[in-house]
Amino acid sequence: MAQKLYISTSPHVHGGDSIEKNMHWVITALLPAFIASVIIFGIGALIVTATSVLSCMLFEWLINRYLLKRSSSTLGDGSAIITGMLLAFNLPSNIPLYMVVMGSLVAIGIGKMAFGGLGNNPFNPALVGRVFLLVSFPSRMTSWPVPHQMLAYSDAVTAATPLGLMGYQNDSLPSYLDMFLGNTGGSLGETCALALLIGLVILLWRKVITWHIPVSILLTVAVLTGIMWLVNPVTYADPLTHLLSGGLMLGSIFMATDYVTSPMTKNGMVWYGIGIGFLTVIIRLFGSYPEGMSFAILIMNAVTPLINNWCKPKRFGLTEK
Amino acid sequence: MNTFTIGGVHPQANKLTEDRKTETAPLPVQAVFPLSQHIGAPAVPCVQKGDRVLVGTKIAEPGGFMSACIHSSVSGKVAKIDTIVDASGLRKPAVFIDVEGDEWEPSIDRSDRLVLQCNMSREEIVERIKACGIVGMGGACFPTHVKLCPPKDCAIDTLIVNAVECEPYLTADHRLMLECPDQIIIGIKIILKVLGIDRAVIGIEENKPDAIAVMRSKTSMVSGIEVMPLRMKYPQGGEKQLIEAVTGRQVPPPPALPANVGCVVQNVGTVYAIYEAVMKNKPLFERIVTVTGKSVKNPCNLKVRMGTPVSQLIEYAGGMPEDTGKLISGGPMMGRPLLDDTAPVVKGTSGLLMLPEKDAARKEERNCIRCAKCVSACPMGLEPYLLATVSQSQEWDVAEEGMIMSCIECGCCQTTCPSNRPLLDWVRLGKNRVGGIIRARNAKK
Amino acid sequence: MSPILTAILVLGITGLVLGIVLFVIARKFKVEEDPRVGQIAELLPGANCGGCGFPGCSAFAEACVKRDSMEGVKCSVCKSEVMQQIAAITGHAVEAGVEKIAVVRCSGSCENRPRLRAYDGAGSCAVAAMMNGGTTGCFFGCLGCGDCVSACKFDAIHMNPETGLPEVDQEKCTACGACAKACPRGIIELRNRNKLDRRVYVSCVNRDKGPVAKKACNAACIGCGKCVKACPFEAITLENNLAYIDFEKCRLCRKCVDECPQHTIMAVNFPPKRVQAEQAEVQETTESNTSQEQ
Repeated sequence: MAQKLYISTSPHVHGGDSIEKNMHWVITALLPAFIASVIIFGIGALIVTATSVLSCMLFEWLINRYLLKRSSSTLGDGSAIITGMLLAFNLPSNIPLYMVVMGSLVAIGIGKMAFGGLGNNPFNPALVGRVFLLVSFPSRMTSWPVPHQMLAYSDAVTAATPLGLMGYQNDSLPSYLDMFLGNTGGSLGETCALALLIGLVILLWRKVITWHIPVSILLTVAVLTGIMWLVNPVTYADPLTHLLSGGLMLGSIFMATDYVTSPMTKNGMVWYGIGIGFLTVIIRLFGSYPEGMSFAILIMNAVTPLINNWCKPKRFGLTEK
Repeated sequence: MNTFTIGGVHPQANKLTEDRKTETAPLPVQAVFPLSQHIGAPAVPCVQKGDRVLVGTKIAEPGGFMSACIHSSVSGKVAKIDTIVDASGLRKPAVFIDVEGDEWEPSIDRSDRLVLQCNMSREEIVERIKACGIVGMGGACFPTHVKLCPPKDCAIDTLIVNAVECEPYLTADHRLMLECPDQIIIGIKIILKVLGIDRAVIGIEENKPDAIAVMRSKTSMVSGIEVMPLRMKYPQGGEKQLIEAVTGRQVPPPPALPANVGCVVQNVGTVYAIYEAVMKNKPLFERIVTVTGKSVKNPCNLKVRMGTPVSQLIEYAGGMPEDTGKLISGGPMMGRPLLDDTAPVVKGTSGLLMLPEKDAARKEERNCIRCAKCVSACPMGLEPYLLATVSQSQEWDVAEEGMIMSCIECGCCQTTCPSNRPLLDWVRLGKNRVGGIIRARNAKK
Repeated sequence: MSPILTAILVLGITGLVLGIVLFVIARKFKVEEDPRVGQIAELLPGANCGGCGFPGCSAFAEACVKRDSMEGVKCSVCKSEVMQQIAAITGHAVEAGVEKIAVVRCSGSCENRPRLRAYDGAGSCAVAAMMNGGTTGCFFGCLGCGDCVSACKFDAIHMNPETGLPEVDQEKCTACGACAKACPRGIIELRNRNKLDRRVYVSCVNRDKGPVAKKACNAACIGCGKCVKACPFEAITLENNLAYIDFEKCRLCRKCVDECPQHTIMAVNFPPKRVQAEQAEVQETTESNTSQEQ
């Protein structure tokens, strides 16, 4: 026999799935929302997203090379691009660039690489960066530009968002169609529910994620806000407005479903989704911040190891006691 | 269409040889019979160097209750009793026979005549199956006479014939169904008689419509035997998965057996071997082997005498392709790697796969990204990522709590892992160690 | 009342109450520990290697104090002076232990034992060993994945990339036995550290018959038995085609080393032999060996 054979135990073939494939599909799924953001918020959205993505990639490369001293680059897996895109999507389109860079540094440096890189981070890196910016620069982070100022960046006119109006001026909320298409103020990637839902379809079609987390979050929010609305329709907005406003869609489709920080089992994912939905509603309706999605996801990220411990998959042949 | 409920994957089927008629492989120059071709105690040789044997002569007796005898597949002279490396990678004792002519034991019915009537009693049939050295042909090689005598306290109601062949590449069972359906039906009837039941289900995956049609037409006149097409999903050919797909019953975790839920599963190849043993008095010394691979010149299904070295099959199929990276006995999901091409064909060799290097070489291992795809893929409802990690850090108690012993080593977790982690390698290690710990604990009691 | 006073009062009272709670709890739940346990634990290396058979160094220290004698309680890592000190604390006599060292009994370097196949599975000897046969023709020798290296808590064993075999650093090795336990093929053995760390051992564990072993590896023991005949002290036994030198009986005369046709028997840390003609008389060799022995 001429050839030198490999030996290893079964299985001898691989399905061909890879980290890169998954990440590239997530990026593809984010593209509709990115295009929508540029259409809605103009050049500002483009500048912020580009800065965020590039600085995230740069920081990942620098830390990998000079702090962790690893020989192989991890840029190729695409996770830094996703973190950069998600971070940008959570920022207003008129935010100063130095803040974007700071956010990227916190997201990649503290949120991800400090724990050893992709796979080891307990919290969603993009959200770590976003929340850091939110508590550091609350006013810049909560003054969102009015849509359709195509060429305006730092000089864009700002206005209140649907979530900000909620509870005070329920009658001046934008129409459902405007909210669905994203013609409202808000962080640059979160407003267009249509684009985000297209992203969800792509993710589900490529089997990158399963339906459990997004559906359980959205259902929980709809049910809880629906109850409050039925109790008092004057103070509380209706469930559809809640579903379409703020970062709920973006968070439940792209942030909560992050592989590393979400539970491993189907039932665990449902509990995780319910937890996020519940916390989001609590913060939205009773908290001092108008939007609670980021905090809700981060809190449930912290609970994920416990969920993994409690929620075991249904074992074959083991009958429920 | 039925299938099992938990997990499963869809590997590329690559059934290159499903349209190739079974050909008969040439006789070897020297046949080698390892003495442990089955689960349980190795057989004890009953021939000596220099003895003359015929085709079908018994050359080794069972070495215990859980064991099976071995018959010569060739006529000639015993050259030596030495050791050989077989598919398990172990150097095992084996009987070497130099082939001279092709003279059969006169007791074997070599005609093509279909024998329909079986007048033997149940005990006689089991005794005959034992004497003919029949073991499960699906790959596990469980001695069939043991399987046909389920524990007394289990009421058996269904015989399931495993014709799923969910392993990619392999087509041996598929061809057998197309070419010998009548024999299979008679074999099923024999097993039903032994078990004293009247319901049999033949489980076939839907990617073999011709086999489903043939078996349907043959069973339409027979009451009690049903053909059940199953939706494609690996590992449907796993005993537990097949039972669930067919009957909806789940076998409890080990040490429970399929008999505990009233089922006996037999591979379709075994059923055929039972027909030949009972009706034709022909011991198990040949089987159909699929010789295949993407770059193989002439992939084929071969009727092979046991003991033939695999190098001869490779030669028949057009030689080993240049780009071969791995030589596998069995399918790509659960087969065993061969160390070289000198290993002989044994009772459990269902296929011989020459995997090109680009498919065979594993890719670089990365961090677990906790995508949970292994958890979704596991057909036993386990958490492969966790079991692999605790095996690596030698936390055997956590592994046992995670039901590592339920693992059927199907490999679904490892093929789905986007990080190319060798999950099953580690889980298998954990299973090995935890099994040892459990046995030691039981021995102490 | 001014706000400052209120603040001081509140903080002061809280501090006082918590202090009292701490005091009461510290009193109530005080654990009486034999002070000797702490003293012994300080003497121990603190690597928690488990070589002593106890779960860690503190458990070992506790066992030293609790047991009535030091029989079977020995830190394999500590030098004998340390054990004497421990004995002085506990008041029990310690047996004078023989210092040992881990020895790798395989010479199947890439040169001696050609690699016929490439192993492609998980990087652990324990996993590789489950496939039974390995990358070479030898089914007993080193698998080369380095489980022993990762088992060592003292950084005393390393893979040599040239030979593909592990090498023990005799300065650092403490003979805790972790590597020997980790090796799935039982290649590593703890043997006596003799005077000047001199050792003679059979560097092979292949139990195959001679021709099979020889085909697989140029340095394999073929079970010829020449060493058994050569040994004047009956220290060498031959079992399953494999010679074994009993380190308790071996007197380091090195006669077997010269006899071995495969050069499987290793003599370590001996001074280089005096230049001898190839056909030197056997008598002469014997003499030189005896003189070294003395």
